[in-house]
Amino acid sequence: MSAELTATRASRFANWNVAIIAITVVVLIVAAATVDNFGTSENFGFLVLDVLPIAIIALPMTLVIVTGEIDLSVASTLGLSSAVMGYLWNQNQPIETIIPLCLLLGAVLGAVNGFFVTVLGLPSLAVTIGTLALYRGLAFVVLGDSAVADFPPSYTAWVTGTIGSTPIPNVLIIIVVLAIVFGVILHATPIGRAVFAVGASEQAARFAGVRPGRLKFWLYVASGLVSGLAGVLWTLRYSSARADNGAGLELAVVAAVLLGGVSIFGGKGALPGVIAGVVLLGSLQNALRLSDVSNEALNVVTGVLLIASVLGPNLANRLKGWKQ
Amino acid sequence: MTAVGLPAPRRSSLDVVLRARELGIVLALAVLVAVTTISNPRFLSGQSIRDILLNTAILAVLAVGQAVVVITRNIDLSVGSVLGLSAFTVGTLLQNNNLPVILALLVGAGVGVVCGALNGVLVRYGNVPALVVTLGTLYVVRGVTYFWAGGSQINADELPSGFLNFGNATLIGIPYLVLLAVLVLVVTGVVLRSYRMGRELYAMGSSPQAARLAGIPVARRTIGAFVVSGGLAGLAGVLFAARFGTIDAAAGTGYELNVVAAVVVGGVAVFGGSGSVWGAALGALLLTTIGSALAVLEINQFWQQAIVGALILLAIGADRLVAARVAASLKKRGSHVS
Repeated sequence: MSAELTATRASRFANWNVAIIAITVVVLIVAAATVDNFGTSENFGFLVLDVLPIAIIALPMTLVIVTGEIDLSVASTLGLSSAVMGYLWNQNQPIETIIPLCLLLGAVLGAVNGFFVTVLGLPSLAVTIGTLALYRGLAFVVLGDSAVADFPPSYTAWVTGTIGSTPIPNVLIIIVVLAIVFGVILHATPIGRAVFAVGASEQAARFAGVRPGRLKFWLYVASGLVSGLAGVLWTLRYSSARADNGAGLELAVVAAVLLGGVSIFGGKGALPGVIAGVVLLGSLQNALRLSDVSNEALNVVTGVLLIASVLGPNLANRLKGWKQ
Repeated sequence: MTAVGLPAPRRSSLDVVLRARELGIVLALAVLVAVTTISNPRFLSGQSIRDILLNTAILAVLAVGQAVVVITRNIDLSVGSVLGLSAFTVGTLLQNNNLPVILALLVGAGVGVVCGALNGVLVRYGNVPALVVTLGTLYVVRGVTYFWAGGSQINADELPSGFLNFGNATLIGIPYLVLLAVLVLVVTGVVLRSYRMGRELYAMGSSPQAARLAGIPVARRTIGAFVVSGGLAGLAGVLFAARFGTIDAAAGTGYELNVVAAVVVGGVAVFGGSGSVWGAALGALLLTTIGSALAVLEINQFWQQAIVGALILLAIGADRLVAARVAASLKKRGSHVS
């Protein structure tokens, strides 16, 4: 029975992966055909810049969720990284030292999460809700409610610019490189297999020679590092360091990952689906915004998609069960 | 691990631990109040205490509902959005319309009950984890409120004076909002502690599988817990409207974080099965008092959120230690039996 169950579950997830990619393609085609200005190269640049933080944070988040944990502190890490960047820039530090420091800060914040979850064995949901508040609070302590602007134009121009005279935004390189790195790690290395093994059964993974604690710790470090990078890119994109940068973004990231067919219970998921989830979320929001739907009303779409992404496969499965 | 169905001696030892857990918050609260008052005696003035209690009332009503859900090993992140929808509904209903307060309370709670039932049905029958469902409804309910309200705002001068009085008036020196919050707390606390229905919620949180095998109507209880949480969030929306008088579509944004913080700091375990609504309410009181104390001590307000975060980590860390010690002592005591 259990083998059968695993088989149907596996095919269900494969189906969902194909389905989400198909839905994304359909949405892109429909939006390009019906929404004015959606298909323009200028809008493509905006779309990529808009999904940039969600896209890169969703990559390590996928690995974290596949191990059965969660990291809700990512948006606060982004905010703290941005605030520290602004603070150091105000102290007349050179941007060449600030950026590595912000990345290091992100990694340290991730390590703090990892310490609480793996060394102290506390539930990651509670830990990262705590650090969500802690890191965002520290961001406000560092920068207050002021904003720091006037970052060097060469850096801000690179983030908002395109490759040569092509319409391809520079930041797409970052997304693609990170996606390939995390994709290869998850789907083609022993680390990736360990991630799936830990998510399916931590005890079994331990007996098979995996050290779940160490694995999760480094995944949290990766999650923090990428969130720190997202903070730097966010600051440069808007040329504005603020303590509330990216507030609430963690929900959109989790929504994109779950939409991509990753099971919140761990053990199942694939990176191509997650990337499709990010593109679907981003292009839907972009298309609706071009159609003059208010930003807040877009929340309805995000919420419905999030629930539907888990409910849909469940209901389909149940219907199949009834038919049999 | 809970007291449900365990023999008497174990129950009492666990009771002591739980009581000690709440004692910890009371001590923290006492130290905080003492230190703040020594540095600035105005902290214990009538107005200051009244403000703290009024702000606690709203957070405590939300925390009680959240505790009920968390005890069943679920979570309800949609409470801030439900509060906003309820506040705006009640505001629109009462706008230039002199309706009785009791009607406002019922309508607000009704809005919340509908949202809670939706959450519960999706969790139970949709087989979707509570974290995902309520994250989704957090977005959806807030979005619906924005669709409806747009950029409009309801101001205090458009609300009936009777309703605003309810938000500020007192009965023998105690504000109505506080009385209502205490009533909610006592009723929920007694049901959870002494009634079969309440104990079944703990049993479900301790071991969902065992609860089902023991014949507990898990579906009904799960949906019931979400209905309670939703209904109380709706009620909190009415209190919010009465207290502040100004309502727009953003009312209650981000409250879910404070509510979860209050519950966790109050000693309700995120994996269900233990904790009490008394603890949750004390957690709400502690968080609100910290906010006021920072203002009185002239510490940068920006520290508040960081302190809340640190408190959450401290609380779950402490609970972990206590749980490990209890487990060890239970093992020792039970060794001759098993």
